[in-house]
Formats: sequence, C-alpha cells, structure tokens
Amino acid sequence: MTELTDLLTQLISASGLSGYEGPIREIIQQTWQPLTTELKVSRIGSLHGLKTGTGPEPRPSILLSAHMDAIGLMVSAVNAGFLHLVAIGGIDHRVLPGQLVTVHGRKDLPGVIVQPPARLLPEEANSGPVDLEYLLVDTGLSPREVERQVRPGDLVSFAQEPLELGEDVISGHSLDNRASVAAVTECLRLLQERNHSWDVWVVASVQEEETLGGALTSAFEIRPSLAVAIDVTFGKSPGANDYKTFPMGKGPTLGLGPNIHPRLHRQFKELADQLEIPYAVEVMPHHSGTDAYALQIAAEGIPTMVVSIPLRYMHTPVEMIMLKDIQRAGRLLAEFITHLTLETMASFTWDD
Amino acid sequence: MKSLIQKLVEATGPSGYESQVRELIRTEIEAYADDIQTDKLGNLIVRKGTHQADGLKIMLSAHMDEIGLIVTHIDENGFLRFTNLGGVRGYNHIGGRVRFLNGTSGVIGMERMSDRSRMPALDNLYIDVGAASPKDCPVKVGDVAAFERPFMVLSNQQGRERLVSKAMDDRISVAILIEALRRLGKTPHELYFVFSVQEEVGVRGATTAAYGVDPDLGLAVDVTLTGDTPKALKMEVALGNGPAIKVRDSGMLADPRVVDWMVTTAEQAKIPYQMEILVGGSTDARAIQLSRAGVPAGCLSIPCRYVHSPSEMVDLQDVENAVKLLLELISKPVKLG
Amino acid sequence: MPDENPDLTLPKINAASIHLLERLCNASSVSGDEAEVRKIVLEQIQPAADSVKIDALGNILAERRSSNGSTHKPLRVMVAAHMDEVGFMITSDEGDGFYRFQTVGGVDARQIAGKPVQIGSEHIPGVIGAKPIHLTTASERKNAISIDSLRIDVGPSGKKIQPGSRAVFATKFTRLGPSVRGKALDDRIGVASLIHLIKHPPANVDLLAAFTVQEEVGLRGARVAAYACDPDAAIVMDCTPAYDLPVWDEAENTQYNARLGDGGALYIADSATLSDPRLLRHFIDTAEAHRLPYQFRQAGGGGTDAGAIHKARAGVPSLSISVPGRYLHTAAAIARVNDWQHTLQLVYAALNRLTPAVFQQDR
Repeated sequence: MTELTDLLTQLISASGLSGYEGPIREIIQQTWQPLTTELKVSRIGSLHGLKTGTGPEPRPSILLSAHMDAIGLMVSAVNAGFLHLVAIGGIDHRVLPGQLVTVHGRKDLPGVIVQPPARLLPEEANSGPVDLEYLLVDTGLSPREVERQVRPGDLVSFAQEPLELGEDVISGHSLDNRASVAAVTECLRLLQERNHSWDVWVVASVQEEETLGGALTSAFEIRPSLAVAIDVTFGKSPGANDYKTFPMGKGPTLGLGPNIHPRLHRQFKELADQLEIPYAVEVMPHHSGTDAYALQIAAEGIPTMVVSIPLRYMHTPVEMIMLKDIQRAGRLLAEFITHLTLETMASFTWDD
Repeated sequence: MKSLIQKLVEATGPSGYESQVRELIRTEIEAYADDIQTDKLGNLIVRKGTHQADGLKIMLSAHMDEIGLIVTHIDENGFLRFTNLGGVRGYNHIGGRVRFLNGTSGVIGMERMSDRSRMPALDNLYIDVGAASPKDCPVKVGDVAAFERPFMVLSNQQGRERLVSKAMDDRISVAILIEALRRLGKTPHELYFVFSVQEEVGVRGATTAAYGVDPDLGLAVDVTLTGDTPKALKMEVALGNGPAIKVRDSGMLADPRVVDWMVTTAEQAKIPYQMEILVGGSTDARAIQLSRAGVPAGCLSIPCRYVHSPSEMVDLQDVENAVKLLLELISKPVKLG
Repeated sequence: MPDENPDLTLPKINAASIHLLERLCNASSVSGDEAEVRKIVLEQIQPAADSVKIDALGNILAERRSSNGSTHKPLRVMVAAHMDEVGFMITSDEGDGFYRFQTVGGVDARQIAGKPVQIGSEHIPGVIGAKPIHLTTASERKNAISIDSLRIDVGPSGKKIQPGSRAVFATKFTRLGPSVRGKALDDRIGVASLIHLIKHPPANVDLLAAFTVQEEVGLRGARVAAYACDPDAAIVMDCTPAYDLPVWDEAENTQYNARLGDGGALYIADSATLSDPRLLRHFIDTAEAHRLPYQFRQAGGGGTDAGAIHKARAGVPSLSISVPGRYLHTAAAIARVNDWQHTLQLVYAALNRLTPAVFQQDR
C-alpha cells in the first residue's frame, strides 16, 4: 500500500484550486507519462492522456474523468496587514476559523484564518457562526511586509498536512478529488499488463468545483463513446448517516439515476458481482454532483456512469479516505475496460 | 465619446428585443468593418483584420441588451402587471419611469404593503401608463419595456467627469468596442467584435456567438461593481482607479494566462488598472470559456456604481483608459504564458 | 532610588529560547493532566534551581535564592506561570474509531470543527470532522455546529483510546518573521520566561518560581502554591488577548485589550484582581529607566493566577504582566517575539531593583 500512500500524499500536497490547476497538473503529468501513449493539455487546462487500444481503426474510446481541481480561497482585499477572503468552490464557513492556510502571494506565506472577536463585528454577525465576509487571514507579518507580498486575486489553499491514521487511512485536504485521480492512476497501472481493444482517454479535468467547464469542453474535444466520472461520495460519519452516505472500507459506489445510462450501471454492477468487488448502489435522483453532469450533455450526448469513493468530512481540510476503496475503484475500472468489445456499443439500446 | 455613449444608453433594448440598439450600432461601425453579420439569435458580429502568422482569432463581446420588464396582465383599471427580464430589483424602480418599445411611457407604482419593513417584490408593483381600462391601453400583454432616466454628466472640482444613465450596463462597453474599432490601426489578429444579445437572462447570445465564431481567445467587456460607496460590500474596485481586470466572478474563473497578459500589457503601456473579484454576477466571458473544446477567456471590466438601477455611474477617464488598454491588447501579438 | 543599575545586562530571546518554546507549545498538557510540560520544565530547571518540589496538585515550586549578599534581607517574590492549556477530554468510545469529547477550559465552540488533534501522551493522531456542506441546509449553516454533534475520529483502523484521555489541537509551532505561531502560547510563553529567570535569576530577590496547574479551570494550582510559598509579593506572567484587528466598518478600534508590538502588558485591573499600585508604579518606573516598551492591558474582563494569589493567607501584593497574543484558546495563536523579549526584560529588571522600601509606601 505504500506506493499508493506515497502517490496520494504527493497528490494532496500540490496546490490546484479551481481555475489554477497548474501545479497539480504537473504532478499528474509526470505520473501518467510512463503509463500513456500520448499526453496533452486542453485549451482551458485539463490534462488528456491516451492509452491506445489494440482494436482496428476506427476504435471506439472510453473517457475516464477525475477532476483535479480542489476548493480553496482567494484574497479579495488587503487591509492593515490582514487579508479578506472569497471562496473558490463550496466551503462551509463554520470550519474555517483557526484553519492553517498557505497564502500564494509573491511567495508562499503560512497564515491562519481567524475570527475577529465579537466586539469588532456588527451585532447580527454574532448570533451564530461568523460569515466568510468577516473572517480574516493573519500571516504574523508586519502590515508593510504583507502589502509587499500579497495582492487581491492571490490564492489561499489549506495547509493541513496529510495524516496517516492507522493502516490504510489517510486524512487531509483535497482528497476530493485527488483520491479519484489516484484511482484512475491505479487503473492505468493495471492496464499496462492487460489487453484492451478500446482507446482509453484519462482526463484530469479542471474547474469541476465551480463550472464543470473542464469535463464539458474535454468531452466535446474527445467525443468518446462512453464516459465515466470518478469522484468521491459521502462516507458515513457523525451526523451523516442516512441513505446518502456509505460505509468506509466497503468499496466504491455505483451511481443510479437520470445522469447515468442504465445499461452502463447494470454492466458495472454485474462485473463487480462477478469479480466479488464490494460496492454499494448510490441513488442520484437529480444532479450527480460530478463531472458526469456535463459529460452526458456534451455535443450529441454521451452514455455516462458515475463511480464514487466514500469520503468522510467532504470539503473540510480533514477529509478521510480508506486506501483499499481507492484500489477497488481502480481495479473495477480496469476490468470494465478489458471487458469492452467492438460490439459493446451495439448493445446500448433503451427499453429492453 | 460622450455623444456616442448618450445615443447608445438612450436607446431601448431589453433582453430579446435589441433591434433598436443593433441598428444604431450598425450605422456607427459600417464604415470600419470588414464584414458584418447578424446571427440567428440577433447577435451583431463584426469582423476586422486578417489572421497573420503571429495572430489569433479573438472574440470581443459587449452585450446590447439591458434589463427590462414584460407585461403579464392589464387589470380592469388599466394598470399593468409585469415580470422581469434579467436582474430587476423592485426597490430600485418605485416611482421610476419606463419606456416601451412602441414609445409609450409609464410610471412604476407600488401597492401599500401591510408589513412596511419588508422590501416590495415585483408582484407588489405595477405600471401606470395613464390608461383607464384594457381597451384604451396603448400597450398589450407581452410588450416589453426598459427603464427610463435621462443621461447626465457630473463634474467634480478636479475636472473628473462621471456619466450617469440607465443601461450603462452594458452600452458603455458597446461604446468602448465601437471606439476601439474606429481607432484600430494595424493588427495581426482576426478580430470579431460581437455585440451580443440576451446576456442579462443567462449569457445566451454569447453562447451561440462563441460557437459560431470559434475563437482562439475571448475577452468580454462589461461593467463591474465598486466597493467605494457608504457601507458597501467589501470590494477593492473603485471609480476612477482605472479599468478593472477580472480575476473571478461568481460564474467564472478568468484564465490566469489571460489575466497575466492583460496586467503585463497595462503595465507596459502605463495604463492604470485595478484587479477585480466580484461576488455575485457574471458576464459573456463565462459562455465563451465553456464553448466547444474550451477557450482561454477573460474580461475587461468598467467600474460602475449603482448597477441595475436607473442611475448607473461610470468615470469617463476609466472609460477612456479602457479603450486605450483594449487597443493595446488587440493591436499587438498575444503572448499567453 | 536604591540600587539603580542602568548597565544591567537584560535577558535576550535567542534560537535556544525559541526552540524551548517550540517544545513547550507542541507538548500536550490540558488542565489536570500537565505531565508532559512538567517533565520539560523539570529537565530545564533542575540543574539551576536551589530546590525543586512538586506539590499535591502537580505544581512545580522551585527556589533560586538572592545572590547579591547585600545588607538587607531580600524580598521573597513569587513568580507564577501556568503549565496547563485549554483542550478536550474524551468522554466515551462510540466504536468504529469515533469518540465523544468535552472541552476543558474556555474553548470557543465555533472554532473546533474540521481540525486535526493529538490524543494522549503518545500524541495519537485524530481529526474532528464536520458534516459535508452538501448535506447541510442554508438555515442549518446559520447556527453554530454544536460540540455535542462533533466527534474525535481516529479512523476505522486507529488505536483504541481510553475515555478520560486528553486531546489538544495538533498545531505545530512555527516562526513567522517577527511572530511565533502555535497552540498554547497561553501560557507556554510564560513558562519559557520563568525557566529563563531561574537559569538567569535577578540577583536582588529570592525567586520563588511557581509553575502552576489548572489555571484555566479556576486558578486552582496557584491558590495552593501561594499558600505554600507565603511570599512578600507576587508577579504573574501570563498571556493576554490582543484584539487589535480592524473593525468591520473601519471605525476606530477602542476595545483592543492589548496590542501586538507595544511590549509587555501591565494589568491595572481585571475581573479577578486589582493590581497593587505600588508594584505597578515600580514596574512603570523600571520600564522608563531602561527605555523598555510597555502597555496597559485594558481594564475589565479576564483573570490570571494573581486572582488566587493576592488573596492567599493574609494577602499578597500582586501584579500581572502578560505577553499579548492574538487568537488565544484556538488552534493557532500568534505573538511577537519582541513583545516576549520586552516582557521578560521588564520583569528581570524590575525584580532586580525591587526592595522592601517599595512596599513601605501607602497603597
């Protein structure tokens, strides 16, 4: 498991906020280089990797999309040495006070998000948790130094270091969705030893947390026959225990709903049963909340699937995942790909 | 440039009904264009320049439409009920005036609210065109109107001029594009000046225009809010500090390579500028960025107070600097990092 | 003014001091369970102190006698700094690696969620998670997350933890330019200063150093320590909040309590003690004579070990002086190294010229 631990730790230690995915893209590029035939970058920054299949041309292709962007914050104003913030992606302001962050100014500066005392806030702000608009970042530096190093528009990412909690469990920020990038990497690794007739496009997409722009434009460019979004889903944890949540360590989930092609869901399910890979069915009545929402409606439309890995405390700096669930997801994807034949698309009918 | 701006802001053109504005723009630019097209949604697409080896296909976009109203019902006493076209806040318009496409004018009145501390919703408002019944009403259900307020110039002691009118959003950017087109000399780029429709109802015009043009790079020109009025939302942008380079808004993260290119160009040409982060609101740039296989996109923003009220205010020098910056950007080869 | 010595060499904060503070801040010592810090203190002071004793509550009482062999009997001055910090105690094992907990001491409930913690003396890693935002509603987010709904999570395969174990935020101490940042600056900075005073004592007084326990839960260690020491005067070295942030509407901040960068904060009055005015006068005069920056902590609110000490036996003239710190009692507090140095220097210099004559005046 140490190879996966190392990879995952590396992936969650690189910055890559939505719209600014450069640093993480570099790491993924290096990781995927030996595993793919071709690597290129889309016009808005997504990474596209191709592993060619063995079938005759024109070969059908499958697209695996794992978004590489992560949530974070951005400096909106500099005031008396303190920084005001806006969010990139969905952040619950109630977990922010006291969080360690890195301010990516003219150089990287350690900082902490702080909650001003009640006496310095308007009365309405004190009846409950303090809104993001009143929180500040303190870098410990003098106001003059802060003016020199930081500007509105500079990015702020969580500085929480990855934690290994017992065997097989990692906690940290950006596991949403670097854990899925690791799963796709696992899949690529397994495919090195296997034959597959279809082309495989692996996409580390951008801006899922803000606009789903990466998935939409990458699918438009690549025009695959099938697409799978790999993302994280809610792991069971205190206060999060209903049908929307899934146990840790019991495998990935398979999405079911309007955003998923029913035949694709069935094929994944049957394969997982056959291979005895544990999984759960995740009902998604509306928006799947993943790249699949955009993948499905690119150009003429694409049959899509969602495979998710249970994650506790999503969108906080202490997200938690079990490594064996990542491995299972990677393995399920690889097996699905090797089972694809040139007749597969013909079987994609409706209402039978 | 003031008379051009005044002509543009005084035209009536709510989302979906931009023809008056379109015709006005056409007369202003036909002498300068290489080619003029109107697409299926009504976007006016003006081509200028040929693609050189060191050039790109660049799409510029400023929207012709303004927010407005559409009549839903005429009551038995001749009062009109309506709903919004785009982001209309009731409290901005009580006692204000409207002008319909057919020239009819009217006044917006408000029902007496039982809870006086609540802000009125659009359902609590109505338009009075002086009719006494549906029969003698010069307006029909489905007719559209824009808000009406005369153009005004305010000068301060330092000689700075502030221009005030309805529809500065986004006729001021339309004026900037026209002015840039007129003053444009040589360029290595194939430029598309798109005067888009239906931005206020969801950047619809820009979506189809971007698909049609299929550019290498996109730049919207639109207004943005400021943080320089009493108890304003915290925002660094201020009137008079130069055109703003958008970093993000609530619908888009500007491509960092485009932002860097704009900042470098402004600094080299010594044009004042400010960085913009907007919470709430988006522009045509969002539609361009997500078009087809994706387009590196950004936005040049004009600081504007009281956006979506009938008295939107811009600084004339910011506008002139915006024209200068835009010309610098589109006249030279583009270096995207 | 007897024994004036403007050429006195004042203590300096150096790399070794910072390293010691780092060890102290990273150690886990929640009120009632101060073993880890006690161990570091003993290791530091045993070679230098004349006597060291640990009392029934766990306070360390150490003595460093006056060395200037002067004609008058030296004053016995108690200097106190508290070893304990605010934190958490595990209250029950819910299975699957989840543990219920309560706060110990004043921790703002709104600053707890989404943080890593370290549990017990082995510093077992865990996290206090939070419900994903996607599973909350807008109205829910208007309310603070209740401590009752939070759990410490050591992961599905983590070590078993016994109820009763203490936990603290897992923040690692770091230097940031002119500042230091860490958890428990309140009052490890006072502990570090007191260690320094034992190693380099002011020659003029008998120093009775008290490293106290359980300050955060009611000044309990200080109360018994003062009874045992029975000193002539007492100085408390603590940490006080600096609320010197911008006001939300840019108005002037008139309620800053103390400010970073303005030197040691002298207490005139807090909610537990009215400082002895003679001691206060003495410290001000000392600061002026040595040109040391100092400030007054705004009166009202809060309390230090002086609250218990000044009422011991028949009473003890007492004064508190604190290093200002932002965000005390949260995962990451910030203080300025200069303020720490100026505070230590002022205490050293003031004790070095403290004589019985100071107390012969009227209060």
